[in-house]
Amino acid sequence: MPSFKNLYKMFTLSELRQGLGVTFRNYFRKDVTVQYPEEKTPQSARFRGLHALRRYPNGEERCIACKLCEAVCPALAITIEAEPRDDGTRRTTLYDIDLFKCIYCGFCEEACPVDAIVETRIHEYHMEERGENIMTKERLLAVGDKYEAMIAADKAADADYR
Amino acid sequence: MLELFKNISEWFPELLQPVVYTGLKAVVLLLPLILSVAMLTYVERKVIGFMQNRVGPNRVGPRGLFQPFADVIKLLFKEVILPTNANKGLFLIAPFITLVTAFGAWAVVPLSSSYSIANVDASLLYVLALTSLGVYGIILAGWATNSKYAFLGAMRSAAQMVAYEIAMGFALIGVVMAADSLNFGKIVAAQSGGIHHWYWLWLFPLFIVYFISGIAETNRAPFDVAEGESEIVAGFHVEYSGIAFALFFLAEYANMILIAALTSLLFLGGWLSPFEGIPYIGAPSAFWLLAKMGFILFCFLWFRATFPRYRYDQIMRLGWKVFIPITLVWIAVEGLFFYFKIGPFSA
Repeated sequence: MPSFKNLYKMFTLSELRQGLGVTFRNYFRKDVTVQYPEEKTPQSARFRGLHALRRYPNGEERCIACKLCEAVCPALAITIEAEPRDDGTRRTTLYDIDLFKCIYCGFCEEACPVDAIVETRIHEYHMEERGENIMTKERLLAVGDKYEAMIAADKAADADYR
Repeated sequence: MLELFKNISEWFPELLQPVVYTGLKAVVLLLPLILSVAMLTYVERKVIGFMQNRVGPNRVGPRGLFQPFADVIKLLFKEVILPTNANKGLFLIAPFITLVTAFGAWAVVPLSSSYSIANVDASLLYVLALTSLGVYGIILAGWATNSKYAFLGAMRSAAQMVAYEIAMGFALIGVVMAADSLNFGKIVAAQSGGIHHWYWLWLFPLFIVYFISGIAETNRAPFDVAEGESEIVAGFHVEYSGIAFALFFLAEYANMILIAALTSLLFLGGWLSPFEGIPYIGAPSAFWLLAKMGFILFCFLWFRATFPRYRYDQIMRLGWKVFIPITLVWIAVEGLFFYFKIGPFSA
């Protein structure tokens, strides 16, 4: 036999009315929606997005084909082949990142002794055709060239904490 | 406006005159009805959005106002898919049954003391009969689809309708007893004399029972087990697409508006003003009816945003073991009101 208190609560629908009160209060609360293409949430300098290969200020590519990134990559997304260049330095002949395999962990960036491979804060990119998911050396360097200023600024902002 | 319709109908031969006259009145009621169904879907998404701290649709047109029209156009152009194992005839006829009964009931619903398509003396019975017929569309849809989810949805809907129709009928009996008439015009007229003469106060339990049964009858949350997205996909209309689905949608919202209109007419004094006796704002007008309907429709959306869906056995328990006893007891109490001449029941 339900107690008098329970019966009272049941017939006055008190708990239902409490619930209605919650939704009614939230009706007037400010919306939390960020109108995405027009508004964006703040991004950290450490954001791990699209990859890029960087160059030294004199235009020489940083990557020395040590293959540390290939070794550390947990998703096996990086493929590197290397040969000595005509001037005797060691450089990559192939540097592919499969963006479909990549889990954007940032280990490649951590492993790199010369800060060649980096993950930029670019997160709005897409592929339209098969094979575009493979970031070749040329495309990685192109991204690096285009956004060098941004990458350098992000590195500088993070340098104090390393 | 009625004068104008009379004049227009007089251009036609004598035999056609009543048809044209009623037809015009029907168009004037149905076009805004369909438009308000469209706006109701928009308002629903907005209100629920706000209650969940979201913004709702805001991309199509100013503040997303054209969203329902975009949805309608999309649905019109989509293919109506006929499942291979479906009973084709019944499958296609089911949405029309739901729609016809949903709109047909509006024929006797008055918007003010002078405007109704048909002023029938047994209008309450007519509405009750048509809304009960509406469930056939749902059952046929579920059966003809030949899918277990659709069939489960249809069975649930049928059981729910049977359970709540009784409580709803008893609630209406209370109103009929008090008003001594089945005619909406007379029921509203019987409530005149200010807000405390409306039936919601004297028949409060019946008012609550009627409103909740109305939500159950229209298969709206929290009584939407017939659709129950999380359990049976979409219930009776899983296999419906394109315009066939749009018809179900239209019927559901038209039924919501109908329940809102009926609740306002039967319990909230219809077109009577809450400020009766005060000049100007005290005059009865269709505005008050629309305002009351708007409030009740807001409650529909509010409940949907608030309450989780009832379990099937809870729905049955509420219908049979709570609502029917409550209505029976209150009808007895109302009888006592009459016997001892209490309140507005002294006639």
